[in-house]
Amino acid sequence: MAQVSSISNEQSPTAKSITLKILRYNPKHDESSQFMEFDVQYEKWTTVLDVILDVKKYFDHSVAVRYSCRQATCGSCGMIINGKPKLACFTKISELNSNVVTVEPMKNFPVIRDLAVKFEKLFDSHQKIKPYLIRDDTELVSDEKEFLQTPKEVEQYIQFANCIKCGLCNSACPTMATDSSFVGPQALAQAYRYVADSRDKGKDSRLKMIDDSHGIWRCHFAGSCSQVCPKGVDPAMGIQLLRGYMLGFSS
Amino acid sequence: MPQDEHREGIGGMINPTRYGIERVAYLLMRLSGLGLLAYFVAHIYETSNILRGQVGWNEFLELTQTTGGHIFLAIVIAMCVFHTVNGIRVMLGHGGVGVGKPARPDYPYDPASQNYRHKIGIYSSIVLAAVATMYGLAVMFGE
Ligand code: HEM
Ligand code: SF4
Ligand code: FES
Repeated sequence: MAQVSSISNEQSPTAKSITLKILRYNPKHDESSQFMEFDVQYEKWTTVLDVILDVKKYFDHSVAVRYSCRQATCGSCGMIINGKPKLACFTKISELNSNVVTVEPMKNFPVIRDLAVKFEKLFDSHQKIKPYLIRDDTELVSDEKEFLQTPKEVEQYIQFANCIKCGLCNSACPTMATDSSFVGPQALAQAYRYVADSRDKGKDSRLKMIDDSHGIWRCHFAGSCSQVCPKGVDPAMGIQLLRGYMLGFSS
Repeated sequence: MPQDEHREGIGGMINPTRYGIERVAYLLMRLSGLGLLAYFVAHIYETSNILRGQVGWNEFLELTQTTGGHIFLAIVIAMCVFHTVNGIRVMLGHGGVGVGKPARPDYPYDPASQNYRHKIGIYSSIVLAAVATMYGLAVMFGE
């Protein structure tokens, strides 16, 4: 299956080339996964997603990859790039400093085909922690029309609201690597996002979901989630602050 | 574990090369915890030799006077010191101490929880473990 191909038509004077290795696997009929190699051109600004799309355009249209926004906003294009979970649209070839760029599907997610993985489990866990404000009244009928917050109150959770559900954190997490029931850093950080929101009144029902042997207590604070998060969410911080709150260390 | 979940598995869990010193500390904490547990069980078993009276007890103590015994005890010292000092850091972290404050994130989004306080904690537990081990070796081999 391995092959080497290159784009030979018009060349830009500043373009350089690298070898792109894509892990191909279709669980429906392949016994095992295999790397396919392509020679691709890149400029200073070319992203990993760009070169994968070049491969689809010029060499092999059947490479499966999921993407949408191309600007680190939709959270679709997470994959393992040279060994680490990254967003393909947010990673430039030039910053990798390597003549060989290897792309593989994210770990700890079932593979659909090639680079596309299933997100059902991540979305399930996210939903389980009730990712919405819980209270008896609504903004529509209250006198003030809005639930006002001070800038300080906003700062308590706004960083965690940056999460784009890309799943990179779950792919880097050492607990996720072996425990298929673990809630995962993505959902735990989102639990903290709502617990820390001054408008929310649903802490008890939310905390019940994560106060579980496969919940927050499975986090060992290895911090890998925070090191790979492309949006500065810092799930490890949220999880420790939430655990501190649950243990009664902070209010 | 079903293969189709595509989990990284134990190999991925213990790989310390990708995510900085924090992931190295995670691995050392697990290894030293398991090592101490094994030592603890062996220790109870070995000290039960005292039931064999003074001769049995002395026979067993001689084990610790060999070169192999000294090296074994040195490793126990290293595990003990690292596990205790890093354990205190981990417990503080788990309680939300020293993990930074929430703020509006700015590019390049350096995570505040992976900060110098915890890094100093990790490096000092490694250094203290090394110093204690060298002291132990000096005492044991200097007899
Ligand atoms: C004062 C001494 C000790 C302190 C402060 C301490 C602290 C800790 C902490 C905080 C953890 C959790 C680490 C994590 O979440 O990743 C842990 C794990 C562990 N400890 Fe200790 N510990 C101490 C002594 C011991 C002793 C004497 C033994 C053995 C008999 C031991 C065996 C273990 C084991 C087996 C684990 C589980 C390792 C893992 O799952 O990663 N510890 N310890
Ligand atoms: S916390 Fe970060 S890495 Fe995890 S899903 Fe959200 S944006 Fe992605
Ligand atoms: S394509 Fe939307 S995050 Fe990369």
